[in-house]
Amino acid sequence: MRKLIKQREIVENTWRHVEEDPNASAIIVPLAQWLTEREALLASGKQIGVKLMPADKVEALKDDAAKLPLIALHFGGLGEGRGYSQAHILRRRYGFTGELRAVGKVQRDQLFVMARCGIDAYELPEGADLNVALTAFDDYTVAYQPGIDTVALHLRRRAG
Amino acid sequence: MYKYDQIDQQIVTQRVAQYRDQTQRFLAGTLADEDFRALRLRNGLYIQRFAPMLRVSIPYGLLSSAQVRMFARIAREYDKGFGHFTTRQNIQYNWPELAKVPDILELLASVEMHAIQTSGNCIRNVTSDPLSGVARDEIEDPRPWCELVRQWATVHPEFNFLPRKFKIAITGSTADRAAVRVHDIGLIIKHNAAGEMGFEVLVGGGLGRAPSIGQTIYDFVTPHDLLGCLEAILRVYNLEGRRDNIHKARIKFVVKANGVEKFREMVDAEWAASKSYAPVLSDAEIARVKSYFAPPAYEKLPDSDVVTGKGNDFRRWYQQNTRPHKVPGYRAVVVSLKSIKRPPGDITDAQLDAVADITQRYSFNEIRATHDQNLVLADVRQQDLYTVWQELTRIDLATPNVGTLTDMIACPGLDLCSLANARTYTVVDLINERFDDLDYLYDLGEIQLKMSGCMNACGHHHVGHIGILGVDKSGEEWYQVTIGGSPNGKDADLGSVIGRSFKQEEIPDVLERLFRVYLELRQEDERFVDTVRRTGIAPFKAGAYAQANQAA
Repeated sequence: MRKLIKQREIVENTWRHVEEDPNASAIIVPLAQWLTEREALLASGKQIGVKLMPADKVEALKDDAAKLPLIALHFGGLGEGRGYSQAHILRRRYGFTGELRAVGKVQRDQLFVMARCGIDAYELPEGADLNVALTAFDDYTVAYQPGIDTVALHLRRRAG
Repeated sequence: MYKYDQIDQQIVTQRVAQYRDQTQRFLAGTLADEDFRALRLRNGLYIQRFAPMLRVSIPYGLLSSAQVRMFARIAREYDKGFGHFTTRQNIQYNWPELAKVPDILELLASVEMHAIQTSGNCIRNVTSDPLSGVARDEIEDPRPWCELVRQWATVHPEFNFLPRKFKIAITGSTADRAAVRVHDIGLIIKHNAAGEMGFEVLVGGGLGRAPSIGQTIYDFVTPHDLLGCLEAILRVYNLEGRRDNIHKARIKFVVKANGVEKFREMVDAEWAASKSYAPVLSDAEIARVKSYFAPPAYEKLPDSDVVTGKGNDFRRWYQQNTRPHKVPGYRAVVVSLKSIKRPPGDITDAQLDAVADITQRYSFNEIRATHDQNLVLADVRQQDLYTVWQELTRIDLATPNVGTLTDMIACPGLDLCSLANARTYTVVDLINERFDDLDYLYDLGEIQLKMSGCMNACGHHHVGHIGILGVDKSGEEWYQVTIGGSPNGKDADLGSVIGRSFKQEEIPDVLERLFRVYLELRQEDERFVDTVRRTGIAPFKAGAYAQANQAA
């Protein structure tokens, strides 16, 4: 079973994307499915997480965010940056406190800034060395901006 | 100027370590080319036609002599002995080795410099007025605000992967020597009716394809709210900017698609929603950064006549290449990087070293890079001007052509750049050869000629009084001419194309014909661009093509 990084640790992935295994007890469904099958999904007894694609409007989860246990943000590679703002809005504005997971094409070099936007779990591609990826959280020990550091980063900022 | 504290220093040092690791993984084959690309670009490294190009950041153009000496050393040890100052007040090296770039960055970090975000789809170097702090028409020194914005933008976790590059400029004067209206965000320092200082915020300017002039979305934003306002604009852009078409990805397209009113409402809504936690600049932090830009220890000196009794060469240089200073007894000196012997903006390692010495001795250890590819010694005692002129003349940096036709902006063009359609430096040479009579140049007065080798417009051709754009026609180099543009202040506007393109060798004749029309139509002291705007382009068009049509 594939592992993932969560809160700076390598852990078992207890969630499945619905396309991989619709029968799993904890599934991540696309936003469109959540919007159309919301009641049935909630009644299914499964744990339900929702996945946002970059072009999905994060506002669609405005009312649900505080109750969802997991939201996944899809990244299409280094150039795709909408997920950072989606993360920001979910954490800062919609009070989302569950697992915020980066999925898709996620690489080591993004983890530090993702963590600073409140993303705390990372599905890396098959074959990625998770132990090497863990070192990314220490790329910087200082920052200029306030962040939403739900991952424990050892950061110093200037007062003021 | 700003001095790094431990936080600033650690960020650049850790950035170098991060990039060294990325470079090593790329060279070892564990980081794919396309994945490395976005990372190297954010550290200033392009892959050009013949070699990589490294663009080093010069925040708002401000440099110490130690930093200039480091530029010289890097030019000598890692390049072919020269560097190229750009229209973003940065410097580029055209021949570094990819594997050695981390070493270069480490050297830069040792003098409080870096190449962070000088390329790639992120917030680029914040640019400003090269006469900041010394200009007589200044409302307030923009440099502390540039530094605060620089820090906010550096490794910003949310805005590092934008739809496209993002440029911010700040001016403290209505004369606007920072071209704020052709930036993604332009900030103009102003006072409100109560005499409080704040910023007018313009959005959506930019050159490249579909050039446009920025529009005001906020008339007055307070210093405390500045970063919150920028965050709101950037968040709207990050989410709404187009990512499906690189040619329509700049923020100007979001502004255009929605209209400026609707765009302002979008930013308003975002700003209101983030008000409770958006970054707020504290008075203490503003005061801390401002303290680094306190005026240097000026001497109490009278203004003096330094030209009487001096030769013509010096007088011409004084007239063209120096500027008034707000403190009596001082003047600002423009160091011309527009010698006929080198491409615009180019400078050798020996010149850099010599400039560093002059800077140290005569201008409080500071020098500025300008967006028109020159340097400025901002604080020279009038009594030292003659010596400074002699020293600059010795190293060929005193060509008395600042503000004239041959003070051209040009990108490197097809000689070096992989995006270019046409050469620019050969055209620069042709123009320099034809227009070598200084008296004629002075008679023509202020002319901003700007040249780009392709429509990406690194040479800002759209806003040239005269713009020259290299175009490709079935594999041949042709040049399109625009007139009537301007980058500055309320004057800012885009030029109009005068007609069909020209071959390279036709350009000097075309210019000569345009000037003939100008000299005929000029009223009193009217500049070329003002005549064009008064008469429209028709007479110029007729003049430019008259000869050509006859020949045909």
